[in-house]
Amino acid sequence: MKRTFSERLAILSDAAKYDASCASSGSDRRGAAKGKEKGLGSTERSGICHTWTPDGRCVSLLKILMTNFCIYDCAYCINRVSSGVERARFSVEEIVWLTLEFYRRNYIEGLFLSSGIIRSSDYTMEEMVRIAKVLRLDKGFRGYIHLKAIPDASPELLAEAGLYADRLSINVEMPTERGLNQYAPEKDAAGIRSAMGHMRQRMDAAKEKAPSGKRPARFAPGGQSTQMIVGADAATDQDILSSSSALYSDYRLRRVYYSAFSPIPHASEALPAQRPPLLREHRLYQADWLFRFYGFQFQEITESRPDGMLDLDVDPKLSWALDNRHVFPVEVNRAPRELLLRVPGLGPRSVTALLSARRHKLIRLDDLERLRVSLRKVRPFITTPDWKPVKLLDRLDLKALFAPPPKQLSLL
Amino acid sequence: MKEYRVSLPADASFALWRDHARAFLGAGVPPSLVIWECPSGQDDLFSMSETPLLPVRASGGRVTRDCLHLLETVLCHESVERFDLAYRILWRSRTERALLRTVTDPDMILARRMCHQIRHDVHKMKAFVRFRERTPEGSNTRHFVAWFEPEHHVLERVASFFARRFTDMNWIILTPRGSIGWDGETCVVTREICSREIVEDETEALWKTYYRSIFNPARVKVKAMRSEMSPKYWKNLPETELIPEMLAEAARKVW
Ligand code: SF4
Repeated sequence: MKRTFSERLAILSDAAKYDASCASSGSDRRGAAKGKEKGLGSTERSGICHTWTPDGRCVSLLKILMTNFCIYDCAYCINRVSSGVERARFSVEEIVWLTLEFYRRNYIEGLFLSSGIIRSSDYTMEEMVRIAKVLRLDKGFRGYIHLKAIPDASPELLAEAGLYADRLSINVEMPTERGLNQYAPEKDAAGIRSAMGHMRQRMDAAKEKAPSGKRPARFAPGGQSTQMIVGADAATDQDILSSSSALYSDYRLRRVYYSAFSPIPHASEALPAQRPPLLREHRLYQADWLFRFYGFQFQEITESRPDGMLDLDVDPKLSWALDNRHVFPVEVNRAPRELLLRVPGLGPRSVTALLSARRHKLIRLDDLERLRVSLRKVRPFITTPDWKPVKLLDRLDLKALFAPPPKQLSLL
Repeated sequence: MKEYRVSLPADASFALWRDHARAFLGAGVPPSLVIWECPSGQDDLFSMSETPLLPVRASGGRVTRDCLHLLETVLCHESVERFDLAYRILWRSRTERALLRTVTDPDMILARRMCHQIRHDVHKMKAFVRFRERTPEGSNTRHFVAWFEPEHHVLERVASFFARRFTDMNWIILTPRGSIGWDGETCVVTREICSREIVEDETEALWKTYYRSIFNPARVKVKAMRSEMSPKYWKNLPETELIPEMLAEAARKVW
């Protein structure tokens, strides 16, 4: 019996929810066509979340699979060939229609399309590219499009995808090659990385003007991102973060997403049956944040952790500060930006405000309070003309001052 | 010295405030002598006579572009305090060169907080407006209507966002502070109070199906959701009525 449109929508969006990314940011800013050829859609530099689901995640894009049929058998994936999940497929026209109707009602910023692999990688990728192409060329759609590329699809197809998509991504899935071999035997780590390298080259080339002044072809101006599953294999946080470090530098990724392994219905026997390690995922995002906005190197963050795991009790920045007490206290009226960013309780915004305020006056504790800095957090780590943290840094129980009582550790 | 009272309508525009402020500045009236007020209640609304402008004696001098931007933003705020604060900043900025950069100054702290709230309001309006279709029969352009309740006077600030985005359809956003409309050619912002229109749209059922299905019941984080999407917005979002049911279902599953 043929399923209704709505039933297929339920199946194909249910299957897409294990992908953490929903960002609609970082592309070029553009508006809808005006005049005779009116169009639909624009993009904003910073992206917009149109709603939130009770899992705390933002809904910015229509995140959906073209189909959840798949010929592969990746253990962590609900769509693998051996899973008993219900299957469905949307046609190119159906996805185009749904995207536009949702967009017109201001539900979404655009489309995030991925798919199980049917027939062949090239066939699947071709269909996905066709959806993006129809949206752009036939429908004049200028909203956001994110395509999940199929790693072993032909380079020509990837190039075409980049013409229409704002962002392309390929999931590395497992933090280590060993993990990938174990759980996704048909996937090939080297192939994934070479596709990412290939995409990076095209993105770089698209930004350079040829000597002739001719503009190069557009290629995914929103860059590429990837996702790793956390907690399905034995990789430590150190393994994960060193993998991120390589991904950010080698392929200049915009984002690495960490997805706490979620128990899936029809789970493979090979997997841990447990609640998703949400707190661990949270700490990894914090570490990632320190790398992207605070000038930390990934290696510094895990260096002093004996088991290669981030401290679950306190955030990685505080954890680093406690392990590097010799750096503190810092004098807020003199310390350079990089050092201020290392002070627990000071973020990039308050540091910028602080730097600008101290050009005009000597900063005291109450000035910090006016800048909405939490004195409780920063006090042990700074000095001001009216404050010296007497011996606070020597206290062995300093961590206890910050760590939450143990029962709050579970986010569930 | 003489005190001055200025009565302004609650939704007074920047231009109206500026005319008064310019006159006071020209006459050398310090902020402490000006009382800005918005009459509240029905009676006042009818008896209210807008305060006549002080005759302009001298030009009020120049303000920097940054200061002007700041004042324009502050004037979008809902509170009556905004008129007074804006005039104080204008007055002080003539002699205190570094005022705008003095992040620890109480006036600047308040102004920045207001600007933040306004930006937040603008941002949430872009996110949470929901269009419903009501294309009249036989029309070859599609028509949509939305109802939204902004907290500040931000319609002029968000209009361009919607006009840039939805050009091939006709739409109107109704709010208790006015409306923004687009007829395919021009965008019109009014400050006439609107009331809500009830429109049914079938596609909303698909949106709810999507909302329900994209939710991962294994990782409930209600606090995170509420901090981003405050329940005060829920009544105008079609999908949020599903939340109690989705949570109840998630709680029944055993992980
Ligand atoms: S190829 Fe993709 S969809 Fe198919 S089983 Fe693997 S992860 Fe799932």
